[in-house]
Amino acid sequence: MNTIVYNILFYILAVMVMGSAGYVAISKNIVRCAFALVFTFVGVAGLFVLLSADFIAATQLLIYVGGTLVLILFAVMLSSRISDIRISNLSVGVIPGFLITGCFTAILVYIALFGQWNTTDTIEFNPTTASIGNSLLTKWLLPFEVVSILILASLIGAVVIARQNEGKK
Amino acid sequence: MNPGLQHFLVIAAILFACGILCVITRRNAVGVLLGVELILNSANINLLSFSHFSSRTPVSQIDGHVFALFCIVLAALECAVALAIVMAIYRNFNKTIDMEDLTTLKE
Repeated sequence: MNTIVYNILFYILAVMVMGSAGYVAISKNIVRCAFALVFTFVGVAGLFVLLSADFIAATQLLIYVGGTLVLILFAVMLSSRISDIRISNLSVGVIPGFLITGCFTAILVYIALFGQWNTTDTIEFNPTTASIGNSLLTKWLLPFEVVSILILASLIGAVVIARQNEGKK
Repeated sequence: MNPGLQHFLVIAAILFACGILCVITRRNAVGVLLGVELILNSANINLLSFSHFSSRTPVSQIDGHVFALFCIVLAALECAVALAIVMAIYRNFNKTIDMEDLTTLKE
């Protein structure tokens, strides 16, 4: 990939991801938070493409933007009336929260910048879908099957929890 | 300056901080869930950036991708179960999902 295009794309996506994530963290309106999360997820998918993870980027778009976020929007619309949104999304303990996360982020950024990371010089951009399919059905077969059982269990659990008291009323 | 491993790690750290801030300051339960999604996304960025910049062989690069894939699946499941719990709380706690009011287990 062309280096200049790569750099420009990286910085655009970085600003998009961090700006919308900050908006999610501090906005008072829960509906706007949920829509800002769309931009965060799309930007993160773009970063995945820059990290040569094309299949994961497509999965991110399909599952997060197409599935999880629609679910969250449904929950927002169902649980709070539109007129109460500003009331229902109050914050608590903002100043201690900022202090704690500020210190924590400083430590994390320090570690990221000055840690002795073990990096390689030969960075390649290859299509990954075929190799992911191969390794999912050979090396990672057992975790793959366990995850499918986990999906079944948690979907049944979600249905059971969500309609807990339907029969009694 | 070419984006390297450090750039991606810093982006993931800031995303993680936004998620933590969202989790500890929100009173709306759905807002807390948005923060958890941000945290899981930052973990995915870390997994894929280490897989891209530090793997010696193509096979070990694919291992990072498979980890990120499992992480995405678990995040979707967590979201489904957590939203079911939020809906049950909304129904049973007098039409509110304020985290400050959910103190039944303390008593």
